Amino acid sequence: MSSSVPAVGDRIVHKEFPPITRHRLALYCGASGDHNPIHVDIDFAKQAGFPDVFAHGMLVMGYLGQALTDAVAPSRIRSFSSRFAAITQLGAALTCEGTVTELIEQGGEKRAKVALTTKDQNGEIKLAGEAIIAL
Amino acid sequence: MVDQSAVGRTFTPVTARVEPGRLRFFLDTLGETNAVYRDGAAAPVPPTYLFCLEMMDAPDAFEFLTALGIDLARVLHGEQRFDYHAPVVVGDTLTFRPRVTSVTEKKGGAMTLIVVETAVTNQAGVHVADTSRTIVVRNARPS
Repeated sequence: MSSSVPAVGDRIVHKEFPPITRHRLALYCGASGDHNPIHVDIDFAKQAGFPDVFAHGMLVMGYLGQALTDAVAPSRIRSFSSRFAAITQLGAALTCEGTVTELIEQGGEKRAKVALTTKDQNGEIKLAGEAIIAL
Repeated sequence: MVDQSAVGRTFTPVTARVEPGRLRFFLDTLGETNAVYRDGAAAPVPPTYLFCLEMMDAPDAFEFLTALGIDLARVLHGEQRFDYHAPVVVGDTLTFRPRVTSVTEKKGGAMTLIVVETAVTNQAGVHVADTSRTIVVRNARPS
């Protein structure tokens, strides 16, 4: 990224992740401090009206952030936002992608807007977001 | 049900330290192998880690739900935003100050969207980030 300026339409982010397991959700519960039982306790999830536990939205956004910082140094990210479009189920194998949509001047520097998506193995969009990065 | 009177409510500020061991647990959990995060003293934190720090060191991670009378089982995460103003690195001590900035009813009251914005400052008083989370409350249907 430091050597070349991206162009609108460039797909600069692309990463695939292994299927989400119950074990991963348990680890994320501890590692993130988000102890909401709905993600790890099937009894609680069923009582809340869900067929099973499901992934933390922030685990999925964490994967998207990882895909983003594979392409862009963390120090160059000015903002990072995401809408949680659908629940991410157990077993989901996620693909994170990001495409440059606009080059802008903001805060006295050249920046790019990057449209971000996370899809599961069926192509369903789980997260739709945007990052603004300094070039 | 949460209404407009909740707008402006603030909650107990949370102070959290970016500890290398806890950060390593997070990185390992996500299978993160990027060397930039394991670069020792001044390693940056991953872009979503501020959300975790606030929950990890809060005396009650769900204080705002309790305070607003919301059942945890009825909550989903709708949106999340981070605006980064200055670097956050291993060893920093951060203070999070959350407040409710909007309450919106959707689908004829079937859902309520609550936005909580949090200003984050570091040990030097530098305003390093703002975060914004939108919580979706699935309201009970009237019987």
